[in-house]
Amino acid sequence: MQNTLQALMDQVRNAHATATPLRIRGGHSKCFWVAADAPQELDLRPYSGIVDYEPSELVITVRAGTPLSEVEALLRQQGQMLAFEPPHFGPTATLGGAMATGLSGPRRPHVGSARDFVLGVRMIDGLGRDLSFGGRVIKNVAGFDVSRLMVGALGSLGVITEVSLKVLPVPAFEITLEWQLQEAAALTRVNEWGSLPLPVSATSLQNGRLRARLSGAEVAVRAAMRQMGGEPVADGELWWQSLREQRAAFFETERPLWRLAVKSTAAPLGLSGALLTEWGGAQRWIASDHAPAQLHKAARDAGGHALLFRGGNPARPQLGALDPVLAQIHRRLKHAFDPKGILNPGLPGNF
Amino acid sequence: MSATPTQAEISAALSRWLAPGSILSQPEDVRPFETDGLSSYRQLPYVVVLPQNEAEVQAVLRYCHEASIPVVARGSGTGLSGGALPHAQGVLLSLSRFMRILDIDVLARTARVQPGVRNLAISEAAAPLGLYYAPDPSSQIACSIGGNVAENSGGVHCLKYGLTVHNLVKVRAVTMAGEIIELGCDALDSAGYDLMALITGSEGLLGVITEVTVKLLPKPQKAQAILAAFDDIEKAGQAVASIIAAGIIPAGLEMMDGPATRAAEAFVHANYPLEAEAVLICESDGTPEEVADEMARMQAILENSGAIETRFSQDEAQRLKFWAGRKAAFPAVGRLSPDYYCIDGTIPRRTLGAVLKRIYEMSHEFGLEVCNVFHAGDGNLHPLILFDAAKPGEFERTEAYAGKILELCVEVGGTITGEHGVGVEKINQMCIQFRPDELATFHAVKAAFDPEGLLNPGKAVPTLHRCAEMGRMHVHHNHTAHPDLPRF
Repeated sequence: MQNTLQALMDQVRNAHATATPLRIRGGHSKCFWVAADAPQELDLRPYSGIVDYEPSELVITVRAGTPLSEVEALLRQQGQMLAFEPPHFGPTATLGGAMATGLSGPRRPHVGSARDFVLGVRMIDGLGRDLSFGGRVIKNVAGFDVSRLMVGALGSLGVITEVSLKVLPVPAFEITLEWQLQEAAALTRVNEWGSLPLPVSATSLQNGRLRARLSGAEVAVRAAMRQMGGEPVADGELWWQSLREQRAAFFETERPLWRLAVKSTAAPLGLSGALLTEWGGAQRWIASDHAPAQLHKAARDAGGHALLFRGGNPARPQLGALDPVLAQIHRRLKHAFDPKGILNPGLPGNF
Repeated sequence: MSATPTQAEISAALSRWLAPGSILSQPEDVRPFETDGLSSYRQLPYVVVLPQNEAEVQAVLRYCHEASIPVVARGSGTGLSGGALPHAQGVLLSLSRFMRILDIDVLARTARVQPGVRNLAISEAAAPLGLYYAPDPSSQIACSIGGNVAENSGGVHCLKYGLTVHNLVKVRAVTMAGEIIELGCDALDSAGYDLMALITGSEGLLGVITEVTVKLLPKPQKAQAILAAFDDIEKAGQAVASIIAAGIIPAGLEMMDGPATRAAEAFVHANYPLEAEAVLICESDGTPEEVADEMARMQAILENSGAIETRFSQDEAQRLKFWAGRKAAFPAVGRLSPDYYCIDGTIPRRTLGAVLKRIYEMSHEFGLEVCNVFHAGDGNLHPLILFDAAKPGEFERTEAYAGKILELCVEVGGTITGEHGVGVEKINQMCIQFRPDELATFHAVKAAFDPEGLLNPGKAVPTLHRCAEMGRMHVHHNHTAHPDLPRF
């Protein structure tokens, strides 16, 4: 594996020397959303395998090219999981891709996001240097938190080669409940749950149908069910899986699919098009023909930001406008990690 | 560059924006700011400013930026690594007047507060709503939330509830150039790079925090603790691993070794078993059903792991009593000796036995006594070295011993600081934890926010030159630590 890493470093060094842009790839499972437009490919798939896993430490260290399914299967054998439920979007998804995109699934508001579980990264910067930040321990404040900066940076600051993640035990018991409730009332309801000590681990709202998953010790879940009411749903696990992987019928749309990350308590946005709300109100998917400016504004007014997730140009994702001071810091960081701009040019957006 | 302005010139210039009582430069006025929680390091600040609002912070920073004057931000001054140690030619910027809780959004479960608000004050304000702010560093009655963000503070409950970085919604800060930045947003993520994660734990090197929005959580209905005694510290370590392996994430999981237990008992009379070589405190919280279930499972594991005694807290008073000794471990150890030196390494839990054995061996080698308290859930080890600063050479010997312990933490795959920060204290050990290219990257990150390097200079990240010099002092078997660095 050392030779594989060396080859990756050599390729980045050569690209740096010749100012050749690189597109970093794992399993290509998320290319529908983001994919840099660059002539040369840097393929991480050969750099694969588990580096270290000790279940009682709650930490796993994995090479970036390792299939996400392999990581999750190994954890499952020990009764553990990646609690942020990273979407695969296909069987080829790699752990490195999951980190670079920084996406999280239905459990995110209740346990934390991809970046929350990252303890350390090893990476190749735009000069081809092998760098390590963070570590394999849960608490670590030595140096700036470059590890978490890499999550969601879409490869633009460095090529992630290894990641150490905190893992959690799989809940002993889970059940899904359903209520018939219109959008405004449902948004209030899910936010009220957040103020109560209830073991809610996912929520969804679509077409007047509110669903919630409860996770934990069986006695606790059953006690919460009595408090919350609602009807148990038979296919609960399949439903959350279909949201995480965007295989639910809602996602089979010809219209552009937008992700609006907003304040969880934001009132219904009043946009036309199909709507599916997750994350206790904080993530709202809209399949809509609205003008981009209108969606960006709606998200901004609701305390967040919008991005076009399906149906856009993957090489030119439209980042919500950054404030000029922040944009300057972004440019300086990009320059610091990748002075010649060779890593995934054009990502994560225009700043 | 022009010569450094005099104190009088700085005071006169700043008095254009700040009230006279907000600028201090007389030695008797600035003396209270000469040190933070790491009192072995002291430095009188050149000038102290106490701005009242964000516009005044901007004015101070703009002026200092133009005049190339270093600035050190300070919250409550409880930090344990010298992060708020003043700069001899710099302005010390105290946020102590930023004391207001601006807003609590009940439905969204967030609190928007000024940086000088005390950690515990947030939970107190949220308590009537059934909510609280989870990270609870042991200094929580005094430490400020701005300082918590700057240091990414932890606490005894962070295995389950996370560190400061996991409990933030938004951070507002002023850059060295005097510009306002807002990091994070009201949604669960924000556009662009995750600069909120980056500024958390940045030890005041990237910006001066002027407002923080934190997440609030519902207060658990019930909390209960088990106190377990072991005649062997390895068995206690194994018990911790077994609890985690059984799929339990306890709300708190703390260990004290025999010497720490006896010191704590003598101080708070918590009725700790004095014959124990290790005491574990395991806490469960949640609904009454969850707690009952988890307590029973933990007790079985502790007994199977060879605990010589287990006790359940029968009520809230007893639970607090179990914790009293652990929370007072530092002052309790302080009674045994004129001075003590607290270390903050983190290690993979599985190496605990071997690490402690080595720490005890080195205790004999250095002729210095040591007590150990351990955040066992997250591997954060706090050895407390007892010494007497009045004895010539003893502080230097203590620092050398502490340095060896930190090197040991790195060697077993851990880190030199779990929650106290690098500050000035562990700046040399950064050269062991990180390679020159990584340190250079840190400097580049710093420059992206503060190109002139005026904000808290000399802290947290050593210069490559310093590491090279240090490597020269630590030559073993004729190998230098950093052969690839140019020598100056």
